[in-house]
Amino acid sequence: MNAAAHARHDDGPPTDYLSDTSVASWLLTTDHKRVGILYLISVTLFFLVGGVIAGLMRLELMTPKGDVFSTPDTYNRMFTMHGVIMIFFFLVPSIPAVLGNFLIPLMIGARDLAFPKINLLSWYVYIIGGVMGIWILIHGGVDTGWTFYTPFSTMYSNTMVVTAAVAVFITGFSSILTGLNFIVTVHTMRAPGMTWFRLPLFVWSQYATALIMVLGTPVLAISVILVALERFFGFGIFDPRLGGDPILFQHLFWFYSHPAVYIMVLPGFAVVSEIIPCFSRRPIFGYRFIAFASVAIAIFGFLVWGHHMFVSGQSMYAGAVFSILSFLVAIPSAIKVFNWTATLYKGSLRFDTPMLYALGFIGLFTIGGLTGLMVASLAIDVHVHDTYFIVAHFHYIMVGGTTMAYLGGIHFWWPKISGRMYSEIWGKLSALLVFVGFNLTFFPQFLLGYLGMPRRYFEYRPEFQVLNVMSTAGASILAVGFLLPLFYLGMSLRRPRDAGPNPWGATGLEWQIESPPTTHNFHEPVLVTCGPYMYSPEEAEREYASQHVHHA
Amino acid sequence: MWDFPLFPSQASTNAAKVDALMLFEIGVLVFFTMLICILILGFAVRYRRGKAADRSNPPTHSLSMEVVWIAVPMALSLVMYAWSTRIFFDLFSPPADAAQIDVVGKQWMWYIQHPQGRSETNELHVPLGRPMKLNMTSQDVIHSFYIPDFRIKQDVLPGRYTSLWFEPTKVGEYNLFCAEYCGTNHSIMIGKVFVMEPADYEAWLSEKGVGPSQAEEGERLFVQHHCAGCHRDSQTVHAPKLEGVYGRPVPIQEGKDVRFVTADDRYIRDSILLPKNEVVAGYEAIMPSFKDQISEPDLLKIIAYIKSIANRETSQ
Repeated sequence: MNAAAHARHDDGPPTDYLSDTSVASWLLTTDHKRVGILYLISVTLFFLVGGVIAGLMRLELMTPKGDVFSTPDTYNRMFTMHGVIMIFFFLVPSIPAVLGNFLIPLMIGARDLAFPKINLLSWYVYIIGGVMGIWILIHGGVDTGWTFYTPFSTMYSNTMVVTAAVAVFITGFSSILTGLNFIVTVHTMRAPGMTWFRLPLFVWSQYATALIMVLGTPVLAISVILVALERFFGFGIFDPRLGGDPILFQHLFWFYSHPAVYIMVLPGFAVVSEIIPCFSRRPIFGYRFIAFASVAIAIFGFLVWGHHMFVSGQSMYAGAVFSILSFLVAIPSAIKVFNWTATLYKGSLRFDTPMLYALGFIGLFTIGGLTGLMVASLAIDVHVHDTYFIVAHFHYIMVGGTTMAYLGGIHFWWPKISGRMYSEIWGKLSALLVFVGFNLTFFPQFLLGYLGMPRRYFEYRPEFQVLNVMSTAGASILAVGFLLPLFYLGMSLRRPRDAGPNPWGATGLEWQIESPPTTHNFHEPVLVTCGPYMYSPEEAEREYASQHVHHA
Repeated sequence: MWDFPLFPSQASTNAAKVDALMLFEIGVLVFFTMLICILILGFAVRYRRGKAADRSNPPTHSLSMEVVWIAVPMALSLVMYAWSTRIFFDLFSPPADAAQIDVVGKQWMWYIQHPQGRSETNELHVPLGRPMKLNMTSQDVIHSFYIPDFRIKQDVLPGRYTSLWFEPTKVGEYNLFCAEYCGTNHSIMIGKVFVMEPADYEAWLSEKGVGPSQAEEGERLFVQHHCAGCHRDSQTVHAPKLEGVYGRPVPIQEGKDVRFVTADDRYIRDSILLPKNEVVAGYEAIMPSFKDQISEPDLLKIIAYIKSIANRETSQ
């Protein structure tokens, strides 16, 4: 029956995946590319909501006294929602669910993901969780911080903690389903000849990410359910008056939430590992080391959760063990940075928008990673723990790293996704504004943190004001940088399709087919005969010379 | 208001040690960030498309380079690790002669009790140049006791005692923050630390007249809550006497086995609030719980009393 259906489909003219515009066709689609677009629209909306909240918080912090929000409670609810929305509804799904969904089958020469219906289900699950999140925001919010620390969350907070726990619990399933789908797809759906070491590094990184999603997310689910049970029934799991242990929650929570940082940033590595070879016109340096570094980070990521608890009262020997393990994670990260940099050597470099974002990523990730060494150092962490130093550090990694890579990836694959080119001038301007705005926003926060300003403060000591004003000024530049792509990418959709199958001259399988791709991706069975990144810088130079001969 | 410090002042023996390590790590950070930036910018200029350069045989891998850039970060990491762990272990190993101060955190204030009897709220007075050990607990949620100018911080937990020590090196006034988010007024749970000349500190302690010490207060509470009725000279109730108990191992009956537990602050606190949990071998579990009847500061006073009789002979 399937064969017959395929035959009928193949008889008609090939249509691209965007051609059916009915709402039902979108809401019932099982095409991985369309699911990717559904995610693109929804994570963009959540990013805007989380971003507006961030902007309001930065305005509040421009002066030492509370003057934007009427009460500290409002502020506390805002930073909680900023964290919950940005982490669970933007950073975690952004690259895997948008670009991963769209690209993994194309990159391995497959027709779709292994479980197309489960893929659609994962989006619906995500939307249900997200709608609950927004509902909470409108109906009063939660004031526990995105970390839900007990016993504050279980016994003292009067806000919608249980609803938030349920929203996070539901959203987690979307992550688990996506991860499962990716793992099975990479194992079983690769085209003939697509061996493990011919996989694009994008796929390697997504694979490592998927492992963390599947292994880590259930632990988060358990932790938030325990919080809900404790609030409803007072079992005493975390209540010290009944012999419970409030620190137990932190162990459970960070067992997921530390690896979750790698759920956010490994996909960033994935994108950068594609962009840099393409715009350098040369093979990536140290392919296997980059591939294995992704897997190493995924594994080490599970062993370092205790570094969030250096001052929680855990034994100092536990602190010493978690500290050395945290230092070890720096090694695979360093491997990647050095290999990307080495890829530029003897390349033929072009600085289009995706490349600017990718290079910006390397800069921000380097600073984020190296300040991670400070945080892994026990004695320094004691001082900077729960201060703005930490806020700056994880924003450099998660927002600087992940968001730069995400935007770089969107710009890189936009011609493939939409069939349109965007304005290169505006693109470069946005990359510049994001980079400058980001540094101006978050670098002062390192200084604030070392000076001793604790995080989650609605009001602060006046001596911290200058740096806070700088940070808020940076945030306004950053906001413009983030909003620009929305406009010029949106505008590009009004133009006729002008991208062609391979505007960057890239080598991946996804560039061998039309832009936008047809519903069934490939017209003929794919056979892979060589590795990715078969670029030649000398050839690129010859081409360049022949195109520019008139100017000579 | 617009003063613009970039480094907090160093006001404890710990601060200078942490800053030295921090400067080293800033050096490492600047070096590697500059290295990567210079390489990227250098390559960007040299290998820009259309610019003549030698592009023959670009290397695709190099085991020796990979080994170098694994080994160098590894070696630097180990140096940082050893250095920082050393400082950390010192920070959590108080000297034996440290003076003790009790701290109770609650939403949203710090209650501080000096052993000589004087207590204060959101202010901590300490003498210059003497090691001070803080014995801390919380009455509700998790707080975190943070003095940036001393580079010290420790979470303060409900139902548990944590400790922290420091030796102030500079007379002055310093911020005391709560660093762990603790609810609505987290950001105004702020105090001041006053480091005083030792003589001024002594004068300050007795400023309000010499009152009962913390142990004396504890003894009064011990009688008031009827602890003395059983634990002192009772003829009818079979309860362990408490003289000479503090700091020693006590036998706990567990089924047929006996295990030993050190009678420290934690054990005494649990014995008052959860008395059925760890019953001394040979005694029946008949003591009622004093949960919700004795406040955290009072528990600390009773512990101070039991500690004060640690060197007395058991009357049995």
